[in-house]
Amino acid sequence: MENTILRMEHIYKEYPGVKALNDVAFSLRAGEIHALLGENGAGKSTLIKVLTGVESKNAGTIEMDGKEISPKRPVDAQNAGISTVYQEVNLCPDLSVAENVFIGRELRKGMRIDWKRIHEKTRELLKDFGLSINVEERLDNYSVAVQQMIAIARAVDVKAKVLILDEPTSSLSAQEVKRLFDIMRMLRERGMGIIFVTHFLDQVYEVSDRITVLRNGTYIGTYDADKLPMIELVGKMIGKDYESLEAIPKLSGDRENVEELLRIENGTTGAITDISLSIGRGEVTGFSGLLGSGRSETARLIFGADRMTSGRTVMEGKEESIRNPLDAILHDIAFCPEDRKKEGIVGDLTIRENIVIALQSKRGVLHKISRKEADEIAERLIKELAIKTPSADQKIKNLSGGNQQKVLLARWLATDPKLLILDEPTRGIDVGAKAEIQKIVVELAKKGMSCVFISSELEEMERCCSKMFVLRNKKIVGELYGEEISQSAIMRLIAGEENV
Amino acid sequence: MKKLTQKMEFKPFCVLVAIILICGVISGGDFFKITIVEGHFYGRLIDILRNGSRYAILAAGMTMALGTGGTDISVGSVMAIAGAIACSIVDGRILGGLNGNVFVAVLIALLAGALCGAWNGFMIAKLKVQPMVATMILLTAGRGIAQLIADGKIVTITSEAYYNISGGYILGLPVPMFIAVGVVILFLLLTRSTAFGIQVEAIGVNPGSSRLAGIKVERNLWIIYILCGITAALAGLIESAGIKGADCNNCGLMIEMDGILAVAIGGTSLAGGRFSIISSVIGALIVQTISTTIYAFGVAPELTRVAKAVIVIVVCLIQSQAFLTQVKKIRIGKAGKKEAPAV
Repeated sequence: MENTILRMEHIYKEYPGVKALNDVAFSLRAGEIHALLGENGAGKSTLIKVLTGVESKNAGTIEMDGKEISPKRPVDAQNAGISTVYQEVNLCPDLSVAENVFIGRELRKGMRIDWKRIHEKTRELLKDFGLSINVEERLDNYSVAVQQMIAIARAVDVKAKVLILDEPTSSLSAQEVKRLFDIMRMLRERGMGIIFVTHFLDQVYEVSDRITVLRNGTYIGTYDADKLPMIELVGKMIGKDYESLEAIPKLSGDRENVEELLRIENGTTGAITDISLSIGRGEVTGFSGLLGSGRSETARLIFGADRMTSGRTVMEGKEESIRNPLDAILHDIAFCPEDRKKEGIVGDLTIRENIVIALQSKRGVLHKISRKEADEIAERLIKELAIKTPSADQKIKNLSGGNQQKVLLARWLATDPKLLILDEPTRGIDVGAKAEIQKIVVELAKKGMSCVFISSELEEMERCCSKMFVLRNKKIVGELYGEEISQSAIMRLIAGEENV
Repeated sequence: MKKLTQKMEFKPFCVLVAIILICGVISGGDFFKITIVEGHFYGRLIDILRNGSRYAILAAGMTMALGTGGTDISVGSVMAIAGAIACSIVDGRILGGLNGNVFVAVLIALLAGALCGAWNGFMIAKLKVQPMVATMILLTAGRGIAQLIADGKIVTITSEAYYNISGGYILGLPVPMFIAVGVVILFLLLTRSTAFGIQVEAIGVNPGSSRLAGIKVERNLWIIYILCGITAALAGLIESAGIKGADCNNCGLMIEMDGILAVAIGGTSLAGGRFSIISSVIGALIVQTISTTIYAFGVAPELTRVAKAVIVIVVCLIQSQAFLTQVKKIRIGKAGKKEAPAV
């Protein structure tokens, strides 16, 4: 049983001002799936980076098969038998599937690359994963889920003994997740050790054998999955009672007595046609639906991120023209987009600059916000939203996902909006931060701010929203209020069954 | 103290001082000699300031284009156009009704520069053509336009007022220097006392996020390329005043490379993001110092380019964070190995 292939002991890693890892231990057996858990900033990513040679540790030992290794570059780790699949698919979208699988280690025939053999091998490899696709097709013609499988196939083919899956499921549908788990189990049968980093706790219990928990850079413990109830696990992760975070005040959700804040009539953009909806003051309005159902597109329409080609926007009873994001900001609308990295953060700028950037746009380019005021705003919001950072001078890209999301929230709160649109604000962040964000949203609504909340997690939607639009095929197919909102009701609407 | 060394301007400034000191020592002090003739200052350092002004003016505009992650390689051709227009007007060849009014000629040349910039802005902001390709159009076509204006000839002019743009003195110091200082101050005001600077940086880092944060990405790009055009026109005026005529084939030839080099030496990333106009001006002075010294030390003409290239490589390596980290790693690696047996 005790067949440990990887052992990390007394790992220390310090960044300027942050102790990212403080005497952390981790061990992995052959043929097990080992979940590595912790909140954002707990040190999971850093531990993975140290293990894969992306960052070098300050102290500690890493042993593979009893031999000490000290990977300095990702390729060192690969040579030692450690393969990694990152959260964001790390492949080349413009290359073909086969090229992606074999890039950097192309099979050759003399001087030339042996494409025929590469294509064949790729096909074989992917068959193991239950994928029969055209391997000569460009990678980006396939869904993210398929791309993820291809990334795993590539990683596994490098004859790895240890496979690290960093948040592999965050962009997959339930069915795709199931398939991924089948693959993980198959690899486990083959004797591979799998490190599974995720924030979906129920998934942890579905596949994992053991669980290691980190908190604030320190090692909390390693447990057998079947002997650790979920509620205890959460307690270990956040270091306090989960109940206190769970207690989110429920909004009333009253169909009649809500004052209207904004109304869209027959809104049409390049992505969506003829959407009409009304958003009430002090409500949390949810947009539910599957990926691609039009929920993000509707949000973008309201904010002017996609240009409205026809239709009317009525705000507080007056018709307004919102043709671009700046118009929306000037009308006190705020929008956290779904793709945090591409459309949210400005990575190389500091937290302070990221926080005041929208307020600056609102005030106009000629009215520069003074350094002193920017400092005050940043400090206040960092404190209010409990953003974990040594200072406002840190580049935002150095923060963990949850903290980046909070900075974006801070950016919009700084503009003092009347309507706050949040598209997947809790995707890819951990339980603690998630609950915090949900709580913030509901509290803002109680103070009279209107929120639009979009999430794939129905449980979260049910908890936060007082009103719900359900979308299917780019159309609004149902409206639910207060007590009517339940996961089953939403699912029935999404599935296209008749009204509840 | 730590704050000072972390400033973007710190390293380029040290490099400039070092180069000047080295030149001074090699030349045995001649380099620093400044004499006063007829109330004007003369000397190598003054030469550098005078000739470096063109680069500094160009670099100011170029910095912002590079800050957005773009570039403007058409500046040399825009210089030629501006020179051709101004000289032709002063000469009375075109717009004879103005009687060769120098002031109006300058104004029209600057407007032409702005127009060229607007064209670039249109291609880049509206049509989303890659900046390198978009400005390449004017790089090649611009010289042709300049030749059309000058009728294919080298337009020589006689106008003291126009000569003064390059050869004149104010308080004993060359006029181009004052123009450069003026431009730099204007650009500093624009980028520092308004939010324009930070918006440019945000666009350079992430245009998508910038748009959703309410920044008018397109409008800002237009403004930047128009400013680039105007700075290029100014540099063109100085150059044509210096040679007392418009030489459309050679005016500002390959100067875009020196301009980009100055910005790069100044430490602004060509990928966009953080920029510093002061750093770029220092970079421009470094480029000019290198050129001036190479001539001054009598390096054979066929070797000047090689010599310049070598110096540029050294400067860039000193500037490169990646290179320095690598050096540090190697050093630590060696030290670590020595320590290893003791452990």
